[in-house]
Amino acid sequence: MKALITLLLQFAVPTAIIAAVFVGIVFFVLPREVRTIFKRELRSYFTSPIAYVLFVVFLGISNALSFFFTGVLEGGEADLFLPYFQYLPWYLILIAPAVGMRLWSEEQRLGTMELMLTMPLAPWHAILGKYLAAAVVLFTMLVLSFPIVWTINFLGEPDNGVIMSGFVATFFVALCFLAVTSFVSAMTRSQLVALLISVAVCLVLWLGGLPHISEMLMNLKGVWLIAWPLLKLVNAVGVMPHFTELAKGVLGLRDIIFFLTFIAFCLFATSTAIRLKRA
Amino acid sequence: MIEVINLHKHFGAKVAVDGVSFTVKKGEVLGFLGPNGAGKSTTMRMVTGFMPPTLGSVRIGGADIETNEIEAKAKIGYLPEAAPLYSDMTVEAFLRFAAEMRRVPAAEIDAAVERVIETTFLDPVRHQSIDTLSKGYRHRTCFAQSIIHDPEVLILDEPTDGLDPNQKHEIRQLIHRMGKTKAIIFSTHILEEVEAACTRAIIIDRGRIIADGTPEELKAKASNAGTVYLKASGSAGEAIKEWLERLASTASVEVLESSDDEIIARVKPKKGKSNDLSSEVYTLCREKNLNVHELRVEEGRLDILFREITKSDSDK
Repeated sequence: MKALITLLLQFAVPTAIIAAVFVGIVFFVLPREVRTIFKRELRSYFTSPIAYVLFVVFLGISNALSFFFTGVLEGGEADLFLPYFQYLPWYLILIAPAVGMRLWSEEQRLGTMELMLTMPLAPWHAILGKYLAAAVVLFTMLVLSFPIVWTINFLGEPDNGVIMSGFVATFFVALCFLAVTSFVSAMTRSQLVALLISVAVCLVLWLGGLPHISEMLMNLKGVWLIAWPLLKLVNAVGVMPHFTELAKGVLGLRDIIFFLTFIAFCLFATSTAIRLKRA
Repeated sequence: MIEVINLHKHFGAKVAVDGVSFTVKKGEVLGFLGPNGAGKSTTMRMVTGFMPPTLGSVRIGGADIETNEIEAKAKIGYLPEAAPLYSDMTVEAFLRFAAEMRRVPAAEIDAAVERVIETTFLDPVRHQSIDTLSKGYRHRTCFAQSIIHDPEVLILDEPTDGLDPNQKHEIRQLIHRMGKTKAIIFSTHILEEVEAACTRAIIIDRGRIIADGTPEELKAKASNAGTVYLKASGSAGEAIKEWLERLASTASVEVLESSDDEIIARVKPKKGKSNDLSSEVYTLCREKNLNVHELRVEEGRLDILFREITKSDSDK
């Protein structure tokens, strides 16, 4: 009983606070246009099977893999980073684009983009409203993965603060991947193309942060130096180091600023892509 | 209400719209005619602010569509050509969404939705999902969203496309009625529609305006305007033909049927003489003691004008 109350305090309360702040912002701070688009998109996610299918796939993969292959149970230590959080971004490379692929490509395929962009709203209203709706889907998905927390607490006495920061870090990575997908989907009317390109870009973003890339940078010689700017760029926008820092419980302002800047940049790129599409 | 000044649109090397200017005042319904690919939809897309023009400007009720985008767009209701809709919504949910987006005050949304459902006859399908609708209902749903906020300016790209004749008639009546209090532009391929609903028409071809006027003015420009149709007997056809040709206002005589005792012919007037020709023909028939079975002056026809001016342009 006591354990349950502790869990509630450590997870449910912060989650509820985050959700409440979000709802407050959407309903009282943001303009009506953003809210209207947000509501429409969210309803569209949950009236079609897509959100549920993705939930099942994500929860199935993440739980099954961590229990059966990565040895959460055998670890002895009640630490979730190595067996669990370390792998979540890999699933998100596929899941976040699957959530976001329809954001703008569907709008172009149906032709409703013409309707939306001739309504009295600024493009950023639409971009933000849609993005927030997709973010809620990803947030819900992470919330639904709470059984693993419960299990770990049942088995031992983990540092729940670290687990919470693991979730926060994972959510930020998911938001980055979603922002990339928003941009990619603004450039094509095909959801499949949006999905494939987004997955590829997210993969590069994720792998760009590997220490290996930094080593390659150091060892470039001769004609290979041509690749230096590209490698440097990939290395600089690599998401992994920021994720690792955050997920280990180091709530660094630097990493959070990196994530927020990254998301803002992708959403700005989305608006540019949309403007070019119209011209 | 709508001011379009020297609008140009280039797609790469292709010039889609080439210097189009016109104004539409409140109480005017402007029919937008032209062959496929003439630049009608592109012009409308620029007027509604969906596409930025390469050159030129558009003002809606004084607000520039580019620099004062949101204010200008708030005054417009727009039905795009393909009548796009969110297929995962029901008709009513979609209209509510449109009402919110078009800034209908929250307290008036219910009434606005009811009003457009009634005017566009959507009641039987209001709870139906949009992806199950027939083409006519889809079109009317999209039409409904364009008038949900009772806009001052209405821009309709082929509003009667895909409707059955009864529905076409209803929509034309509706446009005609709304035209008394709004500024409306609508494009169409159907020329009778122009006569039924428009106070003015523009014919556009290859991105340029090639005719502009009331339907009556345009009809008068058609080559058949003022042609006198005559069916008379009492003399040999050949003889009557010669007499007709000798009249002062005759430009040419086209014989449709001719026999020993009868003629059916169309007499074309010389330029500017169409008023004189009919009385000259009548006097001739009396002098020569012919029996007149039919004598009438043909009204110009829009389809003839349309063919003449859009064809001659493409021949150049």
